[in-house]
Amino acid sequence: MKTVGRPLDRLDGRAKVTGAARFSADTPVADVAHAVIVSSAIAKGRVVKLDLSRAATEPGLLHILTPENAMKLQPAAPDPNSPVDRVLQILQDDLVHYSRQPIALVVADTLEHAVRAAALVAPSYEATTAPVVELEAREGRALAPKPSKPGDEHPGVVSRGDADRALAAAFTRVEATYTTPFETHNPMEPHATVAVWQGDRLTLYDATQGIFEVRRKVSASFGLPKESVRVISHFLGGGFGCKGSVWSHVILAVMAARLLQRPVKLALTRPQMFGLVGGRPRTRQRVSLGASATGAITAIRHDSLSATSTFDEFVEHVTAPTRAVYASPNVSTRERLVRLDIGTPTFMRAPGESSGSFAVESAMDELAVALQLDPLELRLRNHADVDPETGKPWSSKSLKECYRAGAERFGWSRRPREPRTTLEGGALVGWGMATASYPAHLRPASALARFKDDGTVEVLAGSHDLGTGTYTVMTQIASDTLGVAIDKVHFDLGDTEMPETPVSGGSQTAASVGSAVHAAAREARAQLIALALADARSALAGAPADDVVFEDGRLSRKSAPERGEPFEEVLRRAGRRALEARHDAKPSPERERFATRAFGAIFAEVRVDVATGEVRVSRLVGAFACGHILNAKTARSQLIGGMVWGLSMALHERTVLDHRLGRIMNADLAEYHVPVNADVPAVDVILIDEVDPHVNDLGVKGIGEIGTTGVAAAIANAVYHATGKRIRDLPITLDNLL
Amino acid sequence: MRAFTYVRATDEGAALDAIGPAAEGAYLAGGTSLLDLMKLEVLEPAVLVDLNPLPLAAIEARPDGLRIGALARNSDVAYSPFVRERYPLLSQALLAGASAQLRNMATVGGNLLQRTRCAYFRDPATPCNKRKPGSGCPALDGHNRNLAILGVSGACIASHPSDMCVALAALDAIILTRGPRGARSLRITELYREPGDRPDLETTLERGELITAVHLPNSPFAARSRYLKVRDRASYAFALVSVAAAVDLQDGVIRAARLALGGVGSRPWRVPAAEAALEGKAPSETTFRAAADEALRGAAPRRGNAFKVELARRCIVKALRAVAEPT
Repeated sequence: MKTVGRPLDRLDGRAKVTGAARFSADTPVADVAHAVIVSSAIAKGRVVKLDLSRAATEPGLLHILTPENAMKLQPAAPDPNSPVDRVLQILQDDLVHYSRQPIALVVADTLEHAVRAAALVAPSYEATTAPVVELEAREGRALAPKPSKPGDEHPGVVSRGDADRALAAAFTRVEATYTTPFETHNPMEPHATVAVWQGDRLTLYDATQGIFEVRRKVSASFGLPKESVRVISHFLGGGFGCKGSVWSHVILAVMAARLLQRPVKLALTRPQMFGLVGGRPRTRQRVSLGASATGAITAIRHDSLSATSTFDEFVEHVTAPTRAVYASPNVSTRERLVRLDIGTPTFMRAPGESSGSFAVESAMDELAVALQLDPLELRLRNHADVDPETGKPWSSKSLKECYRAGAERFGWSRRPREPRTTLEGGALVGWGMATASYPAHLRPASALARFKDDGTVEVLAGSHDLGTGTYTVMTQIASDTLGVAIDKVHFDLGDTEMPETPVSGGSQTAASVGSAVHAAAREARAQLIALALADARSALAGAPADDVVFEDGRLSRKSAPERGEPFEEVLRRAGRRALEARHDAKPSPERERFATRAFGAIFAEVRVDVATGEVRVSRLVGAFACGHILNAKTARSQLIGGMVWGLSMALHERTVLDHRLGRIMNADLAEYHVPVNADVPAVDVILIDEVDPHVNDLGVKGIGEIGTTGVAAAIANAVYHATGKRIRDLPITLDNLL
Repeated sequence: MRAFTYVRATDEGAALDAIGPAAEGAYLAGGTSLLDLMKLEVLEPAVLVDLNPLPLAAIEARPDGLRIGALARNSDVAYSPFVRERYPLLSQALLAGASAQLRNMATVGGNLLQRTRCAYFRDPATPCNKRKPGSGCPALDGHNRNLAILGVSGACIASHPSDMCVALAALDAIILTRGPRGARSLRITELYREPGDRPDLETTLERGELITAVHLPNSPFAARSRYLKVRDRASYAFALVSVAAAVDLQDGVIRAARLALGGVGSRPWRVPAAEAALEGKAPSETTFRAAADEALRGAAPRRGNAFKVELARRCIVKALRAVAEPT
């Protein structure tokens, strides 16, 4: 029986809930020493002295790594082809670029000793200039990002037609500025690394979304051949993008283990996750939309500022969906950067697409108001039948079906046109909607499938499971492709000794790694069948290929089902312990002819307390078309999770910086708010299954992030509908609604 | 965390002896605040005197009211049948605070002495007059969304974070203590100091003085009381503003009223002037608004918490409306 598509429980679920699953910091390593980072108290300046006298007398202290005694590394220049490669702070100088930057590393025999000794390290700072952490303060010094390709004269700028002229001539025009806050990922599991050297070979147990990126960065930093570095990561307690890059603590742990000739474990504390390992940058976005009297969009202009650090570039690409989602002959987008005294931001939960969709989908709502059109009707009138940016056809697109199914489930047709018309139990009730979308990425990936003579199949791909279901869906794909029952298929991941796969980010794992697993399984199956057909003693000897059935681990003849045997018999007779095939999957040239994107529609109901301004989301419906669904349960769970993060972006998340100290002041989970259960209503997910023969062999588009897109705008639009007040700055808190 | 000596108290006298006269010891009850602050290196006691062996957790009905032992857990108090029937305001306030896990550990005595959530107080890398007298107060012009607007000074605008204490203030709680000079009792409003120029001094307790119990006098307010808490998410968040409101309504006239605020004061903020504005009046929006104006008189908001003035007014009116509505 085919398993793909069915709502199978997560195969790693039992291990997770019983505590059997080992996360990186849980790895038992004999004689491991514990490292704790000493973080900078200031945001800009120099450490002029590190007084170690008190720390040095702490019991159990093994070593204190400082710029004076740290290994001098030639940090590999960030790989221009790897957008996740970051400039690190690894004790090579005494400069401080952001608050909580590592300025020393304390290593001791126990975690408690290391923590205490770290607290006793007494730095003296020289802070000659005040830090600047406010985007607006440096707006006048915004700069263009680095060119993405040689000869790019206006990096960050993309246009077609003449947006300014079309805006001037438009029948109706809306124009507004939207801002999104600095946010911090906060996966449940903190970043953690255990570094174990054996001679010149290094094994790293690392909480990462990119084991091969870790291997490349670490081997380059320490001048090792990459084969000398093995990176293992079997389970992740969430990633959300911050574990997609290699950050300073990884290199520091490796360095400490090298110097001490002893394994070293380094787990970040929760406060240390605020600054050192990225975050979603603050953005300030100006959006202008022009439309004809009938509601056809004639022009879109989207200018964005996003924050980066003073020493590295990360661009929040908020304008990517702007160019792709609605048909408009004239579009101009521009992205600029502002350098601030903060840690480098990074990819976070639908990077660009979620911040950008907040601005554009809010502007669409404002345009609908200006045109006196239903917001859904406005979107239908501007549906992009082909990709507006390239003119290519979509590999598949079911956005209209998402609008229809979502609106029907939500009851959208009963929505009063005018805002502030519904009062229930002391709360104003409002309905809003938005379009969701996320690109369907596909990257080269490899996998291996190995039939074994014990009747099982081992399938390997060096990928990751962020808690999303990778183990489960890969096993399903392999099981169906091989013709072997799911409990006989053992899929494993998370080890650089396995075939190489891309970073698990950008919602690309199911498509990329799934394609590789599918192809490797298909090839292994074909080889096994060939082995049987060539074996005179096999029940299949000499059978025509189209007469072969391979189901439930058994080979048989379609014309004579009783004539068959389990695959392990074939192997045993051939005297083979195993038969394996490896496949390196790449995007097909066929795919290049199409534009590939997943779409969805979000509908939200909010209640705003008339007296106190408190906003609660009372209903949330999302309809999504993301290609072929591999597992209805894990898919639904991922989309619910994505929508909850969208709600979180709308109402809760905000990393608060003190503007004079340059320091994050809500660096814990009591004060950095994410929704609690009581904030989350029943979340209704509708899955529209799509058949897409072009996007990849599996017809899969990826579902990890689309759930987050559009949600903040749908909620903001619902708040407008409830109260008549347009909130263009996230998060929406009650003080904006008093 | 600094290494410390751990002492299990065998009786009250032993606890007092163990804590000693120097400022190096701390009493450990539920530990829900203390251990956090020790991990943050904000508090670094050399001696921890564990009070949990002491028989101070009883909740007893008495002819003159209710006596709650200082070690009674927040959850036990909140779900006590006596408390739910006779002091529902206290039960509501307790259940509005923290999370179930924390309430199962936190004690009444500890909660009376809960420390502020001001981010600067909790981060030793920053100045804070409360943590390090004389070092300055970045909160004045920094992150102060959750800080106080009443009873503040130029040295400190920290807010008292407890929900329970707001209800206790409204219910005229008496705090029973035992110190080096023997047992005494004081009104809850006498327990706290305003920051002035010494925000490091938060209470009137003597060094080593131990809270042993809370006494609640009999209350005429059980039928008409309400704890209203407004915060940035539905649960597990500190109050931006909270209101403990109670009225004794007879023949359409407010005979007596109790009003206390949380989230806005440097201490649990009882407002007698607002109560006076209610007493002897018939419930009406005008009366409620007048009381709210009284309650916020003298508010000294900063940029980040200026919204609390209007929010508190609205919350007071909303809470009063709820307690005065016809039954």
